[in-house]
Amino acid sequence: MNRRALALGAILLAVLLLLPAFADSYVLSVATLILYLAYAGQAWNVMMGFAGQLSLGHSLYVGVGAYASAALFYHLGIGPWAGVWLSIALCVALGAAIGFLAFRFGISGVYFALLTIAFAEFTRIGFDHMDWTGGPGGLFIKVAQRDQIDIANFRGPPAMYYYAMLALAAGAFALCAWLLRSRAGYYWQAIRENEEAAQALGINTFRWKMLAVMLSSAMTAVAGVFFAFYYNNLFPEQIFHISRSIEIILGPIIGGVGTLFGPVLGAAVLSVLADSITEILAAFGWEIPGIKQVFYGVVLLAVVMFLPNGIWPAIARRLGISR
Amino acid sequence: MSLLRAEGIGKSFRGLKAVADASFEVPQGGIVALIGPNGAGKTTCFNMIAGVFRPDSGRIFFQDRQIQDLRPDQICAAGIGRTFQIVKPFAGLSVLDNVMVGAFLKEATSLGARKVSLEILQKLNLEAKASLPASSLTLPDRKRLEVARALATRPRLLLLDEVMAGLRPTECDEMVAVFRELNRADGLTILLIEHVMRAVMALAQQIVVLHHGEIIARGAPAEVVRNQAVLDCYLGEETEV
Repeated sequence: MNRRALALGAILLAVLLLLPAFADSYVLSVATLILYLAYAGQAWNVMMGFAGQLSLGHSLYVGVGAYASAALFYHLGIGPWAGVWLSIALCVALGAAIGFLAFRFGISGVYFALLTIAFAEFTRIGFDHMDWTGGPGGLFIKVAQRDQIDIANFRGPPAMYYYAMLALAAGAFALCAWLLRSRAGYYWQAIRENEEAAQALGINTFRWKMLAVMLSSAMTAVAGVFFAFYYNNLFPEQIFHISRSIEIILGPIIGGVGTLFGPVLGAAVLSVLADSITEILAAFGWEIPGIKQVFYGVVLLAVVMFLPNGIWPAIARRLGISR
Repeated sequence: MSLLRAEGIGKSFRGLKAVADASFEVPQGGIVALIGPNGAGKTTCFNMIAGVFRPDSGRIFFQDRQIQDLRPDQICAAGIGRTFQIVKPFAGLSVLDNVMVGAFLKEATSLGARKVSLEILQKLNLEAKASLPASSLTLPDRKRLEVARALATRPRLLLLDEVMAGLRPTECDEMVAVFRELNRADGLTILLIEHVMRAVMALAQQIVVLHHGEIIARGAPAEVVRNQAVLDCYLGEETEV
């Protein structure tokens, strides 16, 4: 990353910081969702983009992270600042369990992806039967009052959630930028490119893959906590659903797997275009259910066919930025 | 004193004996060549030393420590660097980044790893290509990159698996000069598998000949090339008609 990339990042951050001053509540909610997807995509990217381990079950970490903090708040009144640590601990334990099973017994590639789906699925079924978290009927936490800011319990106006998500997304971006240039980033990319050669260069591939999974799950757990306190309701059928996992990974895939700006750009492009299309169709009086999903599919198809490395590498080349 | 000592190592694949009861030593600071016809078990020997295969029998000592049960990364950390016969570059990374991955074994910071890597690339005449993606390199350059990456881990013993194959004679001589210099100046010990006899004769102080998984001859290069058993295995035995 060079000076141009830094300048681009700084401008983007400045615009995002000022956005709530002139955006209406609709734009703000879309922007918050984009930042959420950018953050979760960045977390997924650590595992797939950097270390080459394909997870199709990241909804597991969003869901467990969300439920853990929400249940603590609902039942015991413990706020998310404490709850987030429980969420992280649970998700890291789950990530470590999946990683250990897969990497210890040589499950890789597509089979690894299937394992991640399986974990997300049986956790969904488990939560359907867990009364403490409301079972299939869902878990609801008290809706935030929009005119009061209660930092301790993370309740407040939309702008507060927006800034929280912005801080998370920017933090994740900075963390990933730093990781990519450190030993961890080099080791992960080496494992992604050729595991045998990586091992021959003294890399304990098991340990570094475990680290990638655990870091990714920890980051995604925080996204889950945000989800719970932003939307205030959780249903196993929704939050653990595979479409949630797909939603997270579409951004990085369309933006550019393994790149820093990819997840951010992908999330923005997808959300903005999908919302515009829905709006435009609505203006013509056409309400087509599921049109967003169809649109996602078309974009994914186009990117895979014409820009297999994603949108960002193509733009970066034009701008003279190295990834 | 020997840096590496293999004692009666053997390995079979589904009943097929790839290597049987092979014993050899690589002296500290020496250059030893492992030669033999295709399928003789040379690469299997390498893979046993490098920790990819565990020997069915026998022991391997490196600096008088048994290493036959260690993983490849532990072997590398112990001080044995290797190249692959079928090159395995990190294709999506730049040439410099490839080498830096190796350098991180001994260097904690990116800055240090970059410095070490650039020095090594210079030694191997690759510095002009440092920022190119490894996937864009020609085969001879990929072989050089294999060597550069292995050297970046600062090994005491370097295992070279047919790094001269496909090089032109002048390129081969350049590579030989590089290894001689590493051996002389840094005291690097080298064990190489090689079919290019030009390089073997120029580098090796000792040659070990494998045939059908067994050692059939060993000694100084001049002796080995006159050895009747060696000539037979390469050229076929003479038979009376």
